[in-house]
Order: sequence, then structure tokens, then C-alpha cells
Amino acid sequence: MALTLENTLNWLHGFDQVIEAKKAYLSQLDTPIGDGDHGNNLARGAAAIEAALEKNKPTDLTAALKTIAMALVSKVGGASGALYGTAFLEMAKTSQKTQALPDLLAAGLAGIQKRGSATTGEKTMVDVWAPVVTAAQAGELDQAVVDQAVQATKEMQATKGRASYVGEKSVGHLDPGAVSSGYLFTELLKTGVDK
Amino acid sequence: MSLGILIVSHVADITVGVQKLISQTAAQVPVTVAGGTDDGGVGTSVDKIQQAVAANKADELLAFYDLGSAKMNLEMAQEFSNKPIYLYDVALIEGAYTAAALLQAGVERSEIEKQLRPLKIK
Repeated sequence: MALTLENTLNWLHGFDQVIEAKKAYLSQLDTPIGDGDHGNNLARGAAAIEAALEKNKPTDLTAALKTIAMALVSKVGGASGALYGTAFLEMAKTSQKTQALPDLLAAGLAGIQKRGSATTGEKTMVDVWAPVVTAAQAGELDQAVVDQAVQATKEMQATKGRASYVGEKSVGHLDPGAVSSGYLFTELLKTGVDK
Repeated sequence: MSLGILIVSHVADITVGVQKLISQTAAQVPVTVAGGTDDGGVGTSVDKIQQAVAANKADELLAFYDLGSAKMNLEMAQEFSNKPIYLYDVALIEGAYTAAALLQAGVERSEIEKQLRPLKIK
């Protein structure tokens, strides 16, 4: 299980397409428990990633991850830009030492947790990233792990992020950041990196 | 060592309003602001924050912000910046006003931080 320049580019191209296709749905998820802009913000980031990869044509994994990170940081805005951007920035740093997928994903998760001061059970993207990293480290990452993690956010009460302002009313809604992270890992699995 | 103030909000009008309020008490304190997204919407932008950091003529900045993602983007700008930036998890308006008034009076950062402590809300 290793990330390479080639599978990473395939991964992000897949993610960017899904985000573009699902942006209305993601913003809809974000409306009752957030500020209703998650889909549009991420779609702006997805377009920026495509433009940056086209313009810079990275020639190694670290450069690719860094290009992706900076596109997310500067174009998405809001919490999701900072969180996804930090994840890819930390993966870029770690990729100078190893290309092993579990290590890279763990570095991404650590970045998100540091940036958002978040832990599991708070109804955030961490609730998808954490089980995915654990499964990857055990060599057991598959689509079911991703889907279960995303669905599990539905019954959680948000205690971090914008959704925490609505308290108990956040229960019963999927977390938009968890859903978009689910898309990210679904597209990762489609590259066959786990095989 | 000169100290300035950096204001970050999701809304450009809020930053302008806070700056206006501060300038009444601290006309000589360098204050720069970053409000809203790059396209003028509601949100925060690392690029805008970096511009406000660069535009501030002080050597070190005391930063005040409103909601969660403003802090995350401030922290990113902090990591990219060579200029020391200190973040305070205090009420935006009261915190910035307190710091500005004390800076104008020539009070040191350690003492300002002591006075900001009761205003911590996040």
C-alpha cells in the first residue's frame, strides 16, 4: 500500500470530479447544521487542484501533494480549506520519508486534529479519517470501513465546528465534512492502492 | 520591537467596524484587517490574512478573530509568516479594543496578555 505520483494524480482527479458532481448535495447537508457552503467551497478547491496540477505538472509525489495542499488552502477558504489543506501539507512533508499509505494518511489525520483541535466522536471529518487510518494500518481498509464511518456521524451530536452551535439539533444529520472525506477515501480505494 | 494588531473576521464589514472603533482609542497603533473571502463572500482567506500581515508595519502582531475557521486560517498564516503572530482566544471586539488601548499607552505584551485573560471565550 503505497502512494505514488501516478495513483495520487488519479486519486485527486477522481475526487475533484465527484466533488463537482456532488457539490449541491454537500451544501444541502451543510445547510441545517452549518453555513450551507461546504459543497461550493470544496468545488472551488477541486477546480483549483485541477488547474494547479495542469499548470505545475508535479514530477514527484511530494510536489504533487504540496500542490494539492496549496490549492486547497488558498481557494477553498473556511474551515474545510484549512483542514484539508493541512492534511495534504502534512502528507507532503511525510512523503519525503515514506510513501507508505498508512503513514501518509496518519500524518494527514494528525494535521487535521492539530488544526481543528478535534478528536473522535465530535461529528467531524476526524470521525472518518480516524477509522480509515486505523484500518489502513491494520491492512484492512475497504469500502465498508469508509461507509460505516460516514454513516456513524449521523447519530452523533456535534461538539466541534459550526454544527456545535445547534447542539442536539445536529443529531440525525450526516456531517458534511465526514461525507466529503468519505468521497476522498472512496476515490482513493478506486485507484487500487490497497491491492 | 513594535507591536501591531491584526483583525480577522468572516465579514469584511466587521473588520472595518472593529478597526474604526480601535482607531478612536489607539490612533498610533498599526492595525490591519482581513475580512471575508477572496471573492468578497462570508468566510476567511489565508491569502487575505497573509496580505494583512505583510501590510502591517509592526514587527510583531497580536491577532484577534471571530469564529473557528478564522483561527485555523490565522494559524496557517502564522506558520507561513516570518513575523511573530500571537493569537488570542478572546472576545473579538473587547479583546482587540483592550489590546489597542494598552498598546497606545506603551504597555508590554506580557502585561496585555494578563489583561486579556478574563476575556477568553473560546
